[in-house]
Amino acid sequence: MALTRAEVEKVALLARLELEPQELELLTAQLARVVEYVDQLAQLDTQGVEPLAHAVELTNVFRPDQVQPSLPRQKALQQAPRTDGEFFRVPAVLEP
Amino acid sequence: MSEHRYELVVGLEVHVQLLTQTKLFCGCRNQFGAPPNTLTCPVCLGLPGTLPVMNQQAFQLALKAAVALNCEIAPVTKWDRKNYFYPDLPKGYQISQYDLPFSRNGYLEISDPRGRFGPKRVGIIRVHLEEDAGKSLHDETAGQADSRIDLNRAGTPLLEIVTRPDIRSPEEAKAFLTELKLLLTYLEVSDCNMQEGSLRVDANVNLHIHTPEGTVATPIVEVKNMNSFRAVERALAYEAQRQYHQWLSTGHRLGQVPKQTRGWDDQAQITRPQRQKEESSDYRYFPDPDLVPVTVSPEQIEQVRQSLGELPATIRERIQKQYGITPYDADVIVSQGRAVVEYFEKVAQVSGNGKQAANWVQRDVLRTLKERQWTMEQFPLSAEQLGQFVARIAQGRLASSRAREVFDHMLRTQQDVDTAIEALGIQTVDEDTLQELCRRLVEANPKVVQQVRQGKTKALGALVGQAKRENPNVDPRRVQEICRQLIEQAEA
Repeated sequence: MALTRAEVEKVALLARLELEPQELELLTAQLARVVEYVDQLAQLDTQGVEPLAHAVELTNVFRPDQVQPSLPRQKALQQAPRTDGEFFRVPAVLEP
Repeated sequence: MSEHRYELVVGLEVHVQLLTQTKLFCGCRNQFGAPPNTLTCPVCLGLPGTLPVMNQQAFQLALKAAVALNCEIAPVTKWDRKNYFYPDLPKGYQISQYDLPFSRNGYLEISDPRGRFGPKRVGIIRVHLEEDAGKSLHDETAGQADSRIDLNRAGTPLLEIVTRPDIRSPEEAKAFLTELKLLLTYLEVSDCNMQEGSLRVDANVNLHIHTPEGTVATPIVEVKNMNSFRAVERALAYEAQRQYHQWLSTGHRLGQVPKQTRGWDDQAQITRPQRQKEESSDYRYFPDPDLVPVTVSPEQIEQVRQSLGELPATIRERIQKQYGITPYDADVIVSQGRAVVEYFEKVAQVSGNGKQAANWVQRDVLRTLKERQWTMEQFPLSAEQLGQFVARIAQGRLASSRAREVFDHMLRTQQDVDTAIEALGIQTVDEDTLQELCRRLVEANPKVVQQVRQGKTKALGALVGQAKRENPNVDPRRVQEICRQLIEQAEA
């Protein structure tokens, strides 16, 4: 299954990755091989096979609706590049 | 340019916050209005190595809502990652449901007690359970280039309800939202408080325009940022006009231009264009490997159905029949919530007069609750007390002219109706005394009699005034009636 450069560009944009032209070249070829590898599955006859939603054969894992302590704010904000002690600060998100 | 007949076609996407103690996938408190970033943990902050675990109560409430909305419940459901970048979404994806929502194909019946449109079913395409994002605060003040992020809301449980494009007018949209809110508050699934963002609405809107060459559909526009039911009504009415004029000038039809998103500007009362909507495949949904599927058995669905209790539509119909009240009265009472319904029913039963009970509950009780900002539970008079009060009026043993006075006294003192009547010195005037009084008044006021004979029935007011001065306990309506009869008899 061929993968076009335009497709890789789109995926990169959606993942917010900035790629140099030669990186794009390299990754297009590499990604194409990954897709090709997975594409082998298409050779199997899956008629009548239930789609699998999850690899683990477990269902209905719940927790009770009970409050657990949250992090102190200082700790929650600790890893952020920028905060004002109350909020996370991020570059202005312009409402278009 | 010729005017065309057109139909407004609307589908709604409603998000409601669930009334759980904790968030959807972690034990942080689910609470509005806490100081920013004090309700977070590694799970809802999206820190590496954490594992979300589904809140059982959230799923239970979601099931309740879907069953009450007449939806089919999927035997197996799963959660997917919806990938996009926004600062209030710490993981870089939202846990939502894509191709296997837990419920589909329901409906909600709406009607208008004032009869502006007939009863109809609005189809529900799907209801699914997802997590909410945090809140972004955009500093509008000059020199503030940052946005501030509060993640208290991140990961709280959210129900998304998507309707079919069955809505045909702004009034129908409002009726749908009002009924949905009532249903979900009766179920205690959500408080549906729009000010606090626990109910949010987007609308997909277009027109079917009837032209001599056939029906033309205009491009679908998604309208966002409507912050009240009123705003929804106005935004839809505006959008209908706008799309019609847009079509007249461009001729664009459905499919010829990409789907547009517009935001309602409540100040300017117009919609404005927002960013173009990404195609849904751009979200690159895939099953969340951190969460396992959930199965629901028919027995479980039946249990949920049993637990719903009597729902607003059923109550409305029942109390109309049972107490002989109008659809409008039933609607007002039911829309106040279960506590008011229970109170009304008791008053109606004790008084034996549903109509009068409805009048007093709607007018005087609800007005008092509103003025004093009381809940029904805080109202000082028991339904028993009010019922006996209404009974006395209904039996003609308390003049309606003095009833308000008695009500106010009861409210102040919490006395029973008999005690209140005694305390106010109100006595029932017997019929003979009343007749005698009226005869004297008619004799003593030939001028008034003259005026009444000339057709000035208002002049009777003077007699009523005199009667009340002589005996404050008389029922003014009876005095007026008797005096009129006496004058008419004398004439004949």
